[in-house]
Amino acid sequence: MNIPSDLQYLKSHEYLRLEGDIATIGITDFAQDQLGDVVYVELPEVGRIVSSGEAVAVVESVKTASDIYSPVSGEVIEVNSSLTDEPENINAEPYGNGFLFKVRVTDTSSELLNAAAYREVAESEA
Amino acid sequence: MTTLKQTALHGTHLEYNARMVEFGGWDMPVQYAGIIAEHLAVRTRAGIFDVSHMGEFIVSGKQALEFLQYACANDAAKLKTGKAHYSILLNQHGGIVDDIYVYRLELNAYMIVVNASNIEKDWMHLSEIATKYDVTLENRSDDNALIAAQGPKTAELLEPVTSADLQSYRKNSVFPSKLCGIDVLMARTGYTGEDGFEIFCAPREAAGLWKELHKLGFAMCGLGARDTLRLEAGFPLYGHEWNDESNILETPFTWVSKEYKDFIGRDAMLAKPKTKMLRGIRMIGRGIPREHMTVKLEGQTIGETTSGTQSPSLKQGIALAYLEKEIELGTRVHLEIRGTDVEAEVCEPVFISRSSPGQ
Repeated sequence: MNIPSDLQYLKSHEYLRLEGDIATIGITDFAQDQLGDVVYVELPEVGRIVSSGEAVAVVESVKTASDIYSPVSGEVIEVNSSLTDEPENINAEPYGNGFLFKVRVTDTSSELLNAAAYREVAESEA
Repeated sequence: MTTLKQTALHGTHLEYNARMVEFGGWDMPVQYAGIIAEHLAVRTRAGIFDVSHMGEFIVSGKQALEFLQYACANDAAKLKTGKAHYSILLNQHGGIVDDIYVYRLELNAYMIVVNASNIEKDWMHLSEIATKYDVTLENRSDDNALIAAQGPKTAELLEPVTSADLQSYRKNSVFPSKLCGIDVLMARTGYTGEDGFEIFCAPREAAGLWKELHKLGFAMCGLGARDTLRLEAGFPLYGHEWNDESNILETPFTWVSKEYKDFIGRDAMLAKPKTKMLRGIRMIGRGIPREHMTVKLEGQTIGETTSGTQSPSLKQGIALAYLEKEIELGTRVHLEIRGTDVEAEVCEPVFISRSSPGQ
């Protein structure tokens, strides 16, 4: 499974790419594989203030719906609206075109994991 | 922790990297390549499913027919040897014990195929009824593997590897045959809304047969696609649309209930108040229906969904729901999805045109 070393993770399978104070958030390669074909995404509104640990989005596969938790606190500054018509991008490119939303960060979760620690979590659930 | 049961194909599923899940006490494949790809393979070509977890009972003897007539809602007297039909077992309160398929194998011998999660319940229920008849009832669930080959290309793909003239066997036929050199029992039945055959064989032959069928071009499919396929076709699933308190007369399956004959639960069923009806729901707004969602009309609750998914064929959310019986087809309603009311429409509980080969 693909777990890039330059990202941070939550054990609930979200990833966080931090560039300056801007965080890009999505679900991991492991998560998209476990979910199967993604067919629907519900994203937060731009401008919404989110808290780390808050359920802010929903990703649904054919079988099931999953809550997505924000790994950071801050303001949502962008959402990946292309997912409305092409939710399958989450399966194809979870770390690229399949990202979910971006946040201007004021604080990060104390529960962030590095790639090695997340790999252990994923392998224990595989 | 209880150990999950495994079918004869369990090792084969692992070998082909299927994703396994618990289903009714069994460790079963939910998907191979992906639910959507498998679903579309069955709608456009052909796929195979391991449904060996389902139960098989054999009832035989002089009063086999009389036994079935009392135990089942449908009229087994209409079955000629080599034919099968859908039927329902009722309890004494008129509720539903299980939905089943009955196959007439010989003059006085029938096979009953039951849902995996209901094998023990059905066995107790039928064994008790059997004490009053001159019949032998056998639980052969562990002696059979069952592979469902489904999709419009099924007959074409099987034709070169079977001894049977498949064209001569119409829908709901059951017949012994050789398939890929293996002795099997084939039935032109299924649970996908497509043409196809369900293939019963000895457990030790199952893995070899599965691989041969895959080589012929059948896509390997899991229970995930089986569920989306049956839902598009509007077929009920026990534990969702049916349970011990359901009433056949509140569904489109009233035709199964042949009330001109006496069967267990008939009078109780007829006496039950009929307040709701099993309907289809198509989403108009964005969102995917799931089971146990509230259906509303002008803010008032009018029912609840029993199954729901995103239809891979229609690329639209679809559901089955019990609604107040007065609600008409075409009514605009709302489905409560995570606290938000999303627009939907009431429709017939069939979302695709079902194939009826040779009917």
